[in-house]
Amino acid sequence: MEVAKQKVLALNGDEAVAYAVKQSDVDVVSAYPITPQTIIVERFSEYVANGEVDTEFICVESEHSALSACLTASATGARVFTATASAGLALMHEILYVTSGCRAPVVMAVVNRALSAPINIHCDHSDSMVERDCSWIQLYAENSQEVYDSIIQAFRIAENPEISLPVMVGLDGFSLSHTLENVQVLPDDVVRKFVGTRQFPFIKGHEGKTVPFKLDPENPLSMGPLDLYDYYFEHKRQQEEAMQKAPKVIQQVHDEYAQTSGRRYGNGLIERYNLEDAEIAAVCLGSTAGTVKTVVDELRAEGVKAGLLRIRTFRPLPVEEIIKALENVKAVAVMDRSLSFGGYGGAVFHEIRHILYDAHIHPYVVNYIYGLGGRDTPRNLIHKIYQDLQKILQTRRVEKPVKFIGLRE
Amino acid sequence: MTSEYEFTAKDIVEKPEILMSGHRACAGCGPATALRLVLKAVRGPTIITHATGCMEVVSTIYPYTAWKVPWIHTAFENVAANASGIEAALKVLRRKGRIKDEHVDVIAFAGDGGTFDIGIQALSGAVERGHDFLYVLYDNEAYMNTGIQRSGGTPHGAATTTSPAGSVIPGKPEYKKPIADIMVAHGMPYVATASPYYWKDLITKARKGIEVDGPAFLHVIAPCPRGWRYDTDKTIEISRLVVENCIFPLWEAIDGEYQLTEPSQAIALNPQKKKPVREYLQMQGRFRHLFTPKFEKVIDEIQRITDKRWQRLLKKCEMAQTA
Repeated sequence: MEVAKQKVLALNGDEAVAYAVKQSDVDVVSAYPITPQTIIVERFSEYVANGEVDTEFICVESEHSALSACLTASATGARVFTATASAGLALMHEILYVTSGCRAPVVMAVVNRALSAPINIHCDHSDSMVERDCSWIQLYAENSQEVYDSIIQAFRIAENPEISLPVMVGLDGFSLSHTLENVQVLPDDVVRKFVGTRQFPFIKGHEGKTVPFKLDPENPLSMGPLDLYDYYFEHKRQQEEAMQKAPKVIQQVHDEYAQTSGRRYGNGLIERYNLEDAEIAAVCLGSTAGTVKTVVDELRAEGVKAGLLRIRTFRPLPVEEIIKALENVKAVAVMDRSLSFGGYGGAVFHEIRHILYDAHIHPYVVNYIYGLGGRDTPRNLIHKIYQDLQKILQTRRVEKPVKFIGLRE
Repeated sequence: MTSEYEFTAKDIVEKPEILMSGHRACAGCGPATALRLVLKAVRGPTIITHATGCMEVVSTIYPYTAWKVPWIHTAFENVAANASGIEAALKVLRRKGRIKDEHVDVIAFAGDGGTFDIGIQALSGAVERGHDFLYVLYDNEAYMNTGIQRSGGTPHGAATTTSPAGSVIPGKPEYKKPIADIMVAHGMPYVATASPYYWKDLITKARKGIEVDGPAFLHVIAPCPRGWRYDTDKTIEISRLVVENCIFPLWEAIDGEYQLTEPSQAIALNPQKKKPVREYLQMQGRFRHLFTPKFEKVIDEIQRITDKRWQRLLKKCEMAQTA
């Protein structure tokens, strides 16, 4: 396949989301405004008002209703999208589980923002990290280009009949959502062809017929029934099996998209940056990776064997990929932009240390909690992290496995 | 918009059931009767969405279902948002030619907890947005599914497990929220009240609600033998008494214009027909504590509030002069 001719638009992250949704032949958008997601719904409202999309836009009265309407619209057979942030995602919490439990392939942009209290509109990952166990596929984007590309890919991942799970695409509040970038966009017809029309899993209904899994008067199904100890457990297991199939689909969709766009983000699951011979490495997700890459370049120029592992797909967690990526690294700094209060480090740290226990490789693994509530994370802080790793290798000692960085002590 | 369709007993009997037998509702369940009657009004392809509650629980348990039409339950407080999503999806998919080119009706069912209390925000929002669906509130006046806890729909003085008849407090101190009036105040095209005793009226109103273009709200009183503490063979009798004593008058508001329905209109025209509340209260164990010297004054209070609300309704129906 040839790489499509693309134009370059100046878009911020939110606009990149709205533009991708506009091109993806979405049937129903149901959303509620919340900073820093508002630009998405504003732009999309303009597309609707100007007749640029054939989409039912439901301007709901809360995020809870936003996702509730998306869920049933999806169950009725529509391709659906919503977007939220912070408190909005927290308000959706109950319906996040119901959406994945009903196997509704909803796509949602989460513009990552701190949770209250105290109220704060700026970026951290508290909002989506707390939802990591709700059976939504989670992709985290590094820049607005990736935001655009990931939203388009998300429809194909979610709606794959083997998966049929919702997908959230995380983009960092303000640093991506409100920052103008050059974004290459594919022609409308190319995106439309890529996303195609919605596909459905076929299931055996209660009347014994094999029917598409949707609310269809000709093939009645009951969705969301009472389901107790005799079947609930199997249904949860099926959900997990779909999750485990997702990495392959995410990579396939990513590869196919790369053929037409010319853009790759690692292998779609993780991105290795100078990891091949790295002795020390950071692990992070989201826009921070951009800063870390610059620091890695600076360190490499000084002859330091530094690298970065960026996790693009956090759910499902690409376990084998992460092990392989960190195989030769001697000291790893996991960067968490959220807190697990009372726990031992942040959510990403939990996963990385946990994975490596079984891997028969045991690098030093330390954790840095950074950037909460939008606190800036400049290059000098990242340098500090790599210096710590160097010191750990020299002294063969970890003084404090979990540290806070970039704040008043 | 009005339905010219006259439902006869024969029509009702011959029309195939949508809510099949075999579900696990209690004997004498008012909501089960209410739903069955509403479903007799269905005119064609229909999708149903259901709030968490008694009827959701009794009508499904995987791998069984009592529903002959597409049906979805997601949560307690969001059934009106669910209806919004279904309606929007049907509209756009039909427009794009991705589903059969025919109209599909959407009906939402919820109990009093899912409507008066936890679901009122989603309901208010969906009605404000004007989605085309019928919302049916089956009101058994408490959270019966979880074991008879008081709701905003529980009447004054009723004993529930969270408003018990104590030695100091005689049941629920607060008054029932006038939910149907709240819905009329939204400026929606069709709001009505109905009782299973007046089955023909109930079906006709459900049909009008389905046929109206835009949101419709049907408030059905649905006595619960377990929660109201009466014998299971009294559901229909209680459904009649609650209308005759004007605790639950029957009316419609079409584009905000209130109009009494025949049984209540007859009382308005002939006030002697209006029964006192006492007989109705006496039939139900949830009011038993009121028939003691200590709390008897609560009965007077229930009579007072019933009369006051009835008079207010008559004014809205411009029938005050005849009352």
